Amino acid sequence: MTVQKTRVVSLPNEQMLSFFRGMLRIRRAEERIGELVQSREVRTPCHLSIGQEAIPVGICAALKPADTVWGGHRSHGHYLAKGGDLNAMMAEVFGKATGCARGRGGSMHLVAPAQGVFGTVPLVAATIPLAVGAGLSAKLQGTGQVAVAFFGDGATDEGHFHESLNLAALYRLPVLFVCENNLYSTHLTLKERRVKDNIVESATLHGMAGVVLDGNDVVAVYQAAQQAVHRAETGEGPTLLECRTYRWRGHVGPAADLEVGEDRRRELDEWRRRDPIEQCRDLLSAGGLSAARLAEVSAEATEEIEAAVRFARQSPDPDESQLLHHVYAARSGC
Amino acid sequence: MARLTYAQAIREAHAQLLAEDPRVFLIGQGVRNPWYAGTSLQDLDKEFGRERIIDSPVSENASTGAAIGAAITGMRPIVFHPRMDFMLLAADPIINQAANWSYLFAGQVSVPVVIRAVINRGGEQGAQHSQAMHALFAHVPGLKVVMPSTPHDAKGLLIAAVRDGNPVLYIDDRWLYELDGEVPEALYEVPIGSAAVRRSGKDVTVVATSYMAAEATKAVETLTQRGIDVELIDLRSVKPWDRNLVYSSVGKTGRLVIADAAWMSGGIAAEIAASVVGEIFHALKAPIARVCLPDAPAPTSVVLEQAYYVGAEDIVASVEKVLV
Ligand SMILES: Cc1ncc(C[n+]2csc(CCOP(=O)(O)OP(=O)(O)O)c2C)c(N)n1
Ligand SMILES: [Mg+2]
Repeated sequence: MTVQKTRVVSLPNEQMLSFFRGMLRIRRAEERIGELVQSREVRTPCHLSIGQEAIPVGICAALKPADTVWGGHRSHGHYLAKGGDLNAMMAEVFGKATGCARGRGGSMHLVAPAQGVFGTVPLVAATIPLAVGAGLSAKLQGTGQVAVAFFGDGATDEGHFHESLNLAALYRLPVLFVCENNLYSTHLTLKERRVKDNIVESATLHGMAGVVLDGNDVVAVYQAAQQAVHRAETGEGPTLLECRTYRWRGHVGPAADLEVGEDRRRELDEWRRRDPIEQCRDLLSAGGLSAARLAEVSAEATEEIEAAVRFARQSPDPDESQLLHHVYAARSGC
Repeated sequence: MARLTYAQAIREAHAQLLAEDPRVFLIGQGVRNPWYAGTSLQDLDKEFGRERIIDSPVSENASTGAAIGAAITGMRPIVFHPRMDFMLLAADPIINQAANWSYLFAGQVSVPVVIRAVINRGGEQGAQHSQAMHALFAHVPGLKVVMPSTPHDAKGLLIAAVRDGNPVLYIDDRWLYELDGEVPEALYEVPIGSAAVRRSGKDVTVVATSYMAAEATKAVETLTQRGIDVELIDLRSVKPWDRNLVYSSVGKTGRLVIADAAWMSGGIAAEIAASVVGEIFHALKAPIARVCLPDAPAPTSVVLEQAYYVGAEDIVASVEKVLV
């Protein structure tokens, strides 16, 4: 599949600025995490989504606070876009007691239940059926909540994906299946894993809505998400959103993995020219936002990240005495 | 005889098996990627071609099932799971299918497949990238489970596993990959079901699996300096396990410490302890001690990891306890 040339439309500046800020926060946080991995201050495996920020930001902008999102190994963006606390994420990456999982999870296990992030975990495709379950729960309880499964193209190799689509379609569940198709699963390209570049067609096979989007166009992602949320909320069932994108860094850590694929360097050059953040910045400028204001927003993002790093560094390590706590949940009142 | 690392010994076994037997092939997610396999499969695709060295989609269930189907119909596949955790997605083909078919069809059909699972813990990877679940599989009749701890055995057990004619889980540990040792150049087998006495002694028997056998070797040095004469047994196979060797050793020493870096409840150490108590109770001069992981998932923070994992010091402490 050739990626369509982006024709980014704009929304009111206020909305665009919020996208810009959201994407920049994710970018800066992950760039910083990349440096910390390089200097070995951070040891937990970190999978960076740099280059893919428009997807979590565009999707989450269309969600209500009570809606839930489910992610995987590469989920800093999902967590932040849904409102997860930056300090708690940074501290988790550092393995500190103040981390969102109290230092038990690291980068691959983020959680913020109050924001609808019930857990991101690194077993590929594992949370897709869980998102379906959240949709089922919302339907049975009549809460009006929508569940979003974020996953990669690699996750569509697993049976979980196909079974989940069928279940959600069959019971018309309020679920968004958001495939962040960055064309790679670790070292393997999409071509090395399937005959056709046609992930979106799984939607048709299961009798549900499916769309292919430019995943680097935050407006396109946002608008498609709005439509999918509308379908979910009005009982029309799930939607598969195949968002075409590219990760600039390697599978894990800050390096670029130039040795994989057929021509990764050329791909990288091409996709860097389609930087979701730069595109958004251009629209903001065209919409009349001053360069000074943009620089201010950018400086704020940097300062926020630095503050989070300071918070993480100053936080205590988890206490060994907690090692066996929470293996089982306390019995809750029913 | 060459000196190879554990990872190189695994690679050599693969290369020789692939060269010797056209029925052998390799399939799994990540076989070409050092992030997953270290050097243990390095460049096998260049040597044997990508028809036989199949780096699969992220489809553990189908890949493992396909290997089992190929085994039933005449091939000798080796399936690679870069972390044991991922292998759980293939629980049905392994446990329901491969394990049962010989019995189910009265020996008319067999499943000569090797399923390799890597234990890759530590490094702040957390609960879903660190699990050591050999006991879960050892529980299942029809499966064999081996866990080499030395380069020599890493090679010999893989060869024995491929030639065994049954589904064999071959479990290696990333913490052993850099360990080096003498490895014969020939294709040789280390028999499945036979343990190895790494050191003879008269005071106490230590039975250890996999990585803990390496830790026990260190523990023995400390204990020897303290005047304690340890008999160290490297179990090598956890299903079937070498009862006779363990019984005769405990018959001699009267004391037993079992070191297995997996959860304690329902684990291999429990199985060995129960068997020893049931078969040679009167030989025991002291309660049996187990050195295992606490019954909790693996945490990530290095501080918690250090509290969680067991090693040589824990073996030393347990040996001293059973000697009081
Ligand atoms: C069940 C399972 N199999 C294999 C892996 C190893 N693994 C981790 S991430 C990954 C690639 C996933 O690719 P994709 O879903 O496209 O996500 P991306 O990394 O591109 O964001 C693989 C194979 C895993 N974590 N879980
Ligand atoms: Mg991908």
